[in-house]
Amino acid sequence: MKELSVNHLIGIKHITKQDIDLIFETADHFKEVINRPIKKVPSLRDVTIANIFFENSTRTKLSFELAQKRLSADVISFSAAQSSVKKGETLIDTVNNILSMKVDMVVMRHSSPGAAHFLSQNVSASIINAGDGAHEHPTQALLDSFTIREKLGDVGGKKVVIVGDILHSRVALSNIFALQMQGAEVKVCGPKTLLPKYINSLGVTVEPNLRKALEWCDVANMLRVQNERLDVSYFPTTREYTQQYGVTKELLDSLNKEIVIMHPGPINRGVEITSDVADSQQSVILNQVENGVAVRMAVIYLLASKIKN
Amino acid sequence: MSQKVLLTSKEVHIILHRLACQLIENHLDFSNTILIGLQPRGKFLAERIKQILESDYQIYNIKLGFLDITFFRDDFRRGEKPLEANKTQIDFLIEDKKVVFIDDVLYTGRSINAALTAIQSFGRPSEVELLTLIDRRFSRHLPIQPDYRGRQVDAINNEKVLVKWLENDGEDAVYLITK
Repeated sequence: MKELSVNHLIGIKHITKQDIDLIFETADHFKEVINRPIKKVPSLRDVTIANIFFENSTRTKLSFELAQKRLSADVISFSAAQSSVKKGETLIDTVNNILSMKVDMVVMRHSSPGAAHFLSQNVSASIINAGDGAHEHPTQALLDSFTIREKLGDVGGKKVVIVGDILHSRVALSNIFALQMQGAEVKVCGPKTLLPKYINSLGVTVEPNLRKALEWCDVANMLRVQNERLDVSYFPTTREYTQQYGVTKELLDSLNKEIVIMHPGPINRGVEITSDVADSQQSVILNQVENGVAVRMAVIYLLASKIKN
Repeated sequence: MSQKVLLTSKEVHIILHRLACQLIENHLDFSNTILIGLQPRGKFLAERIKQILESDYQIYNIKLGFLDITFFRDDFRRGEKPLEANKTQIDFLIEDKKVVFIDDVLYTGRSINAALTAIQSFGRPSEVELLTLIDRRFSRHLPIQPDYRGRQVDAINNEKVLVKWLENDGEDAVYLITK
């Protein structure tokens, strides 16, 4: 029987192509489960999971919680805003306190890159990274690839362009690792100020022109302009960003092929993509959200099976 | 390791026809009945039974589904390795229908127990029956018995009953394997 090569999901960089294949095969089954009249299985009835979010999240937190509940795990969720972290408790102390209540697995989002890795080295529970600063967001990359696989049959050989703020985006980095591991070709497109300095060392090419990028690709993953992370001005105005890097229906219709539009959410309608693009047939944004639950169920199920009883 | 033939190809065929006839006795035209093959090995038996009902007894429109019980098992995290799932395919409602579970070997009864839980995700059947090709007597962990059985076998715990199917394993036969 197959199993994951890791005990924690810290980043795509730490897993293998075989792990991704196993996660997708398992997620196929869970996708069938969540479309049943009764969408729940009892697999994890003796597993307790803590969701610890030191950063705001709606979609990811809901998706993880739902995935855990669909697997019948016991779930406790905790947001840093209402916690002792504000009183000066360290990360390890906070987590160890939670673990002493007999928690088997921790899903964590944190603003510091490496927080999940640090935790996995210092506590005994199985750790899933739900985003660590601008580093990785592995489950998002997995659900993006799963959605491409579902829509186009395979990820290998496909051309994917990631558009927008690559510099601050953990979604971009995890996606680049995941897509390359599966044999896809990746380009990035965005204002030069929002591209990391060493982007070429990741093996991706830069295409500054959005139209050319879209003409080249099969899939365009439109990243959100993360105003909360833009501490200084990276582009003159939002309007100017939209003019150069926003996807409109007219632009899509003028291409000589139909490409798939993805967005990790939440969408700034009228900034990265217009409303009619977000709601068009080409957009798989809501499929991404549905697949998010199935993929997270697969990750949790496979990691839980490695926890010693 | 040694192996002994429990049923030959000819015996398997006779038993399959008898099981099909017993099903007809209780379910007549199968209009309110759903056959559910339990993944992975019950699938072959279920397909065979359906085939016999169609070709030899001209009963068509039989609803056949496949149920995977992996996520409903009670030994998750107790075995050595994670349990790999198979495809569940039930394209119809089972509400108020008579469901017949079909599996190749009935041993501890735990799989059937899991299947009874799993089937509830698809509705509330009016009744559930169990058909197995091999019933390993005296080895049950739960109070579960088959309604239709091909052959009863007395096997001890370190023995394994292996059912082979022509379409998957190259022959129709049942072996008793001693480890």
